Amino acid sequence: MRAAIPVLIVPLGLLLLWHVMVTLSGTRLVPTPASVAVTIYDFVFGGIYDDAFSGTAYIHLYQSARRVYGGFLLAAAFGVPLGLLLGRVTLLRRMLDPTISLLRPVPVTAWLPLSMIFFGLGPSSAVFLVFLGAFYPILLNTTFGVRATDARLFEAAAMLGCRGSAMFRSIVLPAALPSIFNGLRLGLGFAWVLIVVGEMTGVPQGLGAVIMDGRTLSRTDLVITGMIVIGVAGFLSDRLMVALNNRLLRWSPQHG
Amino acid sequence: MAEPPMLDIRQVSKRFQLDGDTIEALTPIDLAIARGEFICLIGASGCGKSTLLRIIAGFETASSGEVFAAGKKVAGPGPDRGMVFQDYALFPWMTVRQNIGFGPRQRGLRRDEVRDVAERYAAMVGLSRFTDRYPHQLSGGMKQRVAIARCLANDADVLLMDEPFGALDALTRAKLQDELLDIWQRTRTTIIFVTHSVEEAALLADRIVVMSASPGRVDSDNAVSLPRQRDVSSADFNALRRMITNRLSSHLVSGAA
Repeated sequence: MRAAIPVLIVPLGLLLLWHVMVTLSGTRLVPTPASVAVTIYDFVFGGIYDDAFSGTAYIHLYQSARRVYGGFLLAAAFGVPLGLLLGRVTLLRRMLDPTISLLRPVPVTAWLPLSMIFFGLGPSSAVFLVFLGAFYPILLNTTFGVRATDARLFEAAAMLGCRGSAMFRSIVLPAALPSIFNGLRLGLGFAWVLIVVGEMTGVPQGLGAVIMDGRTLSRTDLVITGMIVIGVAGFLSDRLMVALNNRLLRWSPQHG
Repeated sequence: MAEPPMLDIRQVSKRFQLDGDTIEALTPIDLAIARGEFICLIGASGCGKSTLLRIIAGFETASSGEVFAAGKKVAGPGPDRGMVFQDYALFPWMTVRQNIGFGPRQRGLRRDEVRDVAERYAAMVGLSRFTDRYPHQLSGGMKQRVAIARCLANDADVLLMDEPFGALDALTRAKLQDELLDIWQRTRTTIIFVTHSVEEAALLADRIVVMSASPGRVDSDNAVSLPRQRDVSSADFNALRRMITNRLSSHLVSGAA
């Protein structure tokens, strides 16, 4: 209990500040923390407002999580193997590096209009944006991990008779794994950031859609509720990634 | 010599370009090494001893000349020539057992066979109690034992050792030198051992090849006839040490002039 005190000071302070500012300014545009708490309860359990959003948190969370993990897993499925190849094959790196370097600074949100043309209005567009956002950090960190690996490890493997695809599976991949995990963690973070943008493209369900609906209906309490649920979901999914990381990298001195 | 040499180094040279200048790292070298021989390469830094070792290992290609291992031309790294690096180069994500078993696994041995081989060689280097440890949980001396066992487990004909004990403290170093001699006498593996320590060369080698720098070349090839276990305090050992030291410093002086 005593250990929780320093952790709680800042969030409780912010809630208090929020409450005081809303009450003092007398604004009707921003709800108080207490009324948002009621909306969160209603969003999760229902039984208070009994409107279209009551008790629907699970559906929206499930839809968003599906798109986040769909786009993220797709990004990992392409980003990790391509990153491993780019790290090892100089010719491939020289072929692709200029293109990647040019495309990477384009904000993912700028792809929204094009992605709506490619994939239409709907969930595919959201998955595509999440994929794009997660792809670059995964790709770059994987490539970096391979290139930062001590060349002696590849020599040692070659002298022990390791060749071809076994080299990628047994040496390149595990050697780059700490860096790959950094990329995956960043990528998953971006995926949760981008889901709101992705779900602006006319999907009926999803936390991004809830926030957009809240905006249209001028229900700021609903907007903030969506923000908080996304924050918590993103936090939990990051914890999950860290746990996986610690389990798979037990051998690493940095993850004792 | 009735038997063909284990390693036959023929006219091997290495040049490379640096800022438009051609650096001669190795002038053409001839060296024949018999099966079971323990050779030390010794010389000042820049004499090309590590380069020669890396060419034999197949990590680098010679600018001219060829290396034959057991009669076959060397065209790249292979399990017949195991390298022991100064900084160990163990796979950090593998346990001791997995590191030692890595070569046998690449050869396609069954899982239980790999395990048996790994256990046997871990025992040979005295690490039976540590087979489940990861490299970062081992001392430097233990890491180097794993590196040696890893090459032996792969049935290497030749052990190429690049200043393997250079990073170890004096006590550990002396212990590993003893153990290496013991392993060498039991397995009759051919060993090429690069060092810059005259004492280490005099203690270990059948033959001490002294190399000199700019350009890298073989200065002298000295057979050592001292019986084993060598006594480092004996007069004969001191004479050998003095002789090699003189060979080394003779051209440190001429090189500086």
